[in-house]
Amino acid sequence: MMRFMLLFSRQGKLRLQKWYTATAERDKKKMVRELMQVVLARKPKMSSFLEWRDLKIVYKRYASLYFCCAVEEQDNELITLEVIHRFVELLDKYFGSVCELDIIFNFEKAYFILDEFLIGGEIQDTSKKSVLKAIEQADLLQEVHTHTHHREKK
Amino acid sequence: MPAVSKGDGMRGLAVFISDIRNCKSKEAEIKRINKELANIRSKFKGDKALDGYSKKKYVCKLLFIFLLGHDIDFGHMEAVNLLSSNKYTEKQIGYLFISVLVNSNSELIRLINNAIKNDLSSRNPTFMCLALHCIANVGSREMAEAFAGEIPRILVAGDTMDSVKQSAALCLLRLYKASPDLVLMGEWTSRVVHLLNDQHMGVVTAAISLITCLSSKNPDEFKTCVSLAVSRLSRIVSSASTDLQDYTYYFVPAPWLSCKLLRLLQCYPPPEDGAVKGRLVECLETILNKAQEPPKSKKVQHSNAKNAILFEAISLIIHYDSEPNLLVRACNQLGQFLQHRETNLRYLALESMCTLASSEFSHEAVKTHIETVINALKTERDVSVRQRAADLLYAMCDRSNAKQIVAEMLSYLETADYSIREEMVLKVAILAEKYAVDYSWYVDTILNLIRIAGDYVSEEVWYRVIQIVINRDDVQGYAAKTVFEALQAPACHENMVKVGGYILGEFGNLIAGDPRSSPLVQFNLLHSKFHLCSVPTRALLLSAYIKFINLFPETKATIQEVLRSDSQIRNSDVELQQRAVEYLKLSSIASTDVLATVLEEMPPFPERESSILAKLKKKKGPGAVSVELEDGKERGELNGGGDRGGDAAIAASNASTPSPSADLLGLRSTAPASGATPSAGSLLVDVFSEAGPSATSAGVNDDGFLRFVCKNNGVLFENQLLQIGIKSEYRQNLGRMYLFYGNKTSVQFVSFNTTVSCPGELFRSTKTVEPLVEGGAQVQQVINIECLTDFIDAPLLNIKFRYGGALQNISLKLPVTINKFFQPTEMAAADFFQRWKQLSQPQQEAQKIFKASHGMDTEVLKAKLLGLGTALLENVDPNPENYVCAGVIQTKAQQVGCLLRLEPNAQAQMYRLTLRSSKDTVSQRVCDLLAEQF
Repeated sequence: MMRFMLLFSRQGKLRLQKWYTATAERDKKKMVRELMQVVLARKPKMSSFLEWRDLKIVYKRYASLYFCCAVEEQDNELITLEVIHRFVELLDKYFGSVCELDIIFNFEKAYFILDEFLIGGEIQDTSKKSVLKAIEQADLLQEVHTHTHHREKK
Repeated sequence: MPAVSKGDGMRGLAVFISDIRNCKSKEAEIKRINKELANIRSKFKGDKALDGYSKKKYVCKLLFIFLLGHDIDFGHMEAVNLLSSNKYTEKQIGYLFISVLVNSNSELIRLINNAIKNDLSSRNPTFMCLALHCIANVGSREMAEAFAGEIPRILVAGDTMDSVKQSAALCLLRLYKASPDLVLMGEWTSRVVHLLNDQHMGVVTAAISLITCLSSKNPDEFKTCVSLAVSRLSRIVSSASTDLQDYTYYFVPAPWLSCKLLRLLQCYPPPEDGAVKGRLVECLETILNKAQEPPKSKKVQHSNAKNAILFEAISLIIHYDSEPNLLVRACNQLGQFLQHRETNLRYLALESMCTLASSEFSHEAVKTHIETVINALKTERDVSVRQRAADLLYAMCDRSNAKQIVAEMLSYLETADYSIREEMVLKVAILAEKYAVDYSWYVDTILNLIRIAGDYVSEEVWYRVIQIVINRDDVQGYAAKTVFEALQAPACHENMVKVGGYILGEFGNLIAGDPRSSPLVQFNLLHSKFHLCSVPTRALLLSAYIKFINLFPETKATIQEVLRSDSQIRNSDVELQQRAVEYLKLSSIASTDVLATVLEEMPPFPERESSILAKLKKKKGPGAVSVELEDGKERGELNGGGDRGGDAAIAASNASTPSPSADLLGLRSTAPASGATPSAGSLLVDVFSEAGPSATSAGVNDDGFLRFVCKNNGVLFENQLLQIGIKSEYRQNLGRMYLFYGNKTSVQFVSFNTTVSCPGELFRSTKTVEPLVEGGAQVQQVINIECLTDFIDAPLLNIKFRYGGALQNISLKLPVTINKFFQPTEMAAADFFQRWKQLSQPQQEAQKIFKASHGMDTEVLKAKLLGLGTALLENVDPNPENYVCAGVIQTKAQQVGCLLRLEPNAQAQMYRLTLRSSKDTVSQRVCDLLAEQF
């Protein structure tokens, strides 16, 4: 199973973190710091996999963002790489040419999409249609709701 | 600020995020956040009831602040309120907040669980999924307690929507992993297995993760999944790329599901049913064939997905290890990947071939790729790939290619990355030892190793070369010559000086005939290094010098001069000073005969498991060195055969006082074979006590156990990594034990886990410890014990943790002994003798006569008897030298009165110990325990 997924920028800013096992906040921070350092130091042509502590790290860079997953010993690295890619596709389809800013300003959406795709570190559905359908249904509910509601004044 | 693409609802949030992004400094950011926190706090506290929308917005802001890395200590209640909103987006934000910021506050958990319960029974699939996601995200025990019964029902119910089934399957998996005891699958098993047949591919994809986990834990109950998995796999593999519609990924049909099916099959041996097996072999062949077909797309996603299945199929083939044809095909396929332009494929091919190398069917096939792998080691630009290449070379090494591989690894070491040097050194040392045909090659290799990477050569490596040289007389002359030559180098590593000192001290005579290496030349060479060395090495050299005096009387005057010099005999280091003084005296007082006896050549070392191997196992975890374990015979040859049981490790664990310097002579204990006396002077023990951590994997360590019979506090266990202190108190039949685990290193221990297993006569409750122990930190664990009835076996404490990636496993007997439940009983002489007589049946008495192993000091004896827990009765025994005691052992079932008499015989240095009690087992046990204490 996947233990955690991190999205961070080339500048080392964490944009999304999803932990699939109970981990103390302090340890999360430490692991994120350590792993970002390792991954950011790697050069473009290097392999997308590395051993880290007792985990396998699978990462890929999309534009300014690194998608980085930690999986267990018996997990398949290549298919994990495609988990990342499918997640990117889902974000892209939802936001329409997704960029880092979309994830910053709509972080809650990114989490919702991830939850529809992976649960407990395992794939829930690989069909783009199924996942997006779930998200769009939710948005439909939201839009109906926001039109009837007062807009915030600020 | 960019336009928010969809579902734009919270402008205030976007403004806030924008503000944060515009902050020029960390301070400005903190200021802005504090302002926002104050604002939200006042809104939450304000009189005006907030509407759902505002609540959602503020909760979302808090979440954002938390994800930035700041602490959030309020807002939980508002988030919980959102859960019961009937507006989807409010509920959704509420759940997200709870998922990210779980709070174990029991009041809140109850409210959260309530809201989840409502959503689960709402029959609204979107709400149900949200609730299931939340349970899966939190995964706490409280949630498992509340929902582990309900979720299987949702999963298999006929009317559950597919999307809900998918969430339920993975939610259940998470709960099962966190609290397996709470998830009872019994009645659902068969229906869960049949989800593999579900029409909806998404349901199968989700369910198979659950089934795989359950199968790996209960293979028998789930074994019907094998044939289902094979037929599902077969349908996917034979389908055209368009058949599966949205489940086809870049022209590859259902790659995720295929991988998971292949993974599931790896929980089982090959199918027994011929038809099923035939079908599976067909699938595997098809997958291997497809790898040779031209790609249907140039996209990397296509080849990744296709190869993901291929690698998983190869894993299954290796797992079965029974189809030579498939194994060889797998190997050839990996061979192609070894030269692929994709770094990822080269990496994975090297990794996968490592496991293939250990199969007897494919070992030879793997070996044919040796040149490619060596080339990878030399030319790969990515250190993680080079590491895989080094691992593979190690795995494919055997007698036929050892010289080549060792030579390549040695030359790689000269430029190897610092991060992998130590491991490389261990591997070279092991291969050199394991496949040495002639010992001169072995000695050359190890000395080269020290020359090239001296800093990374651990103590184990040079201890091992010395053990082998001492045990093999045909290599001693060569070793002396080689080490003498190596020491000529102007800058030579301290480890080289150690080996040189030791070997010339033992076997310098074998090369002394040559005037170029005459005794004085040898001595001067060694002594020229002396001042650059650390204290332990200098101590070793001093021992070499005294050995020289015995080997070469002509050097006596020179060496005595050195020993007598102020820098030795007045050295501020106690160890060095003591050696100088003692050796000087020894050399001037003792006759030649005595000297020759005392300084005799070291006897051969008993055969034992290589300490280097133990060290590598420790570094890499047990799986990594399986090759050697199967292959013990070959190593045996080098060491002259004989058994190589685990006694090495046990000897090591007995050596409780690791001395910083390996004593060359073992002067202080003349019987080197008695590994049982943990004297710092005994070389045998010394060598292995330095290898301390290797001992941690040895069986149960009950070293500390007996030391605690008469006391309750102290250090129970200590090695280089971990110290375990103990504090305990007992009242009647109850006890409480505090264990203190101290991390002695500067690195954190991860996955720290302790278990206590008790004999049935004791009852215990234990709090679990945090899985992380920071470097230098100490954590505490409390164990409550109740003695139900009398007992013999002590509870076992097992500690597992990872240190620098390597699994540590320590088993200890906890010092809970029957005497801990003693209540002292005071009584007069008359009473004592009356009871003594009442307990006169033979089985009520236990007696032991034994030799004193410590001094017979009265005060010490009294302290021990009091420590036992009994009352020490004065003026009872007519002989004042004797001790008598009385006490009652309190167990839940009964009370056992116990009388004790200890009769010392100072002249003979013997004791007679007599125990009488109403229960034979108690008399015997207390007698056994106490006899070890004097």
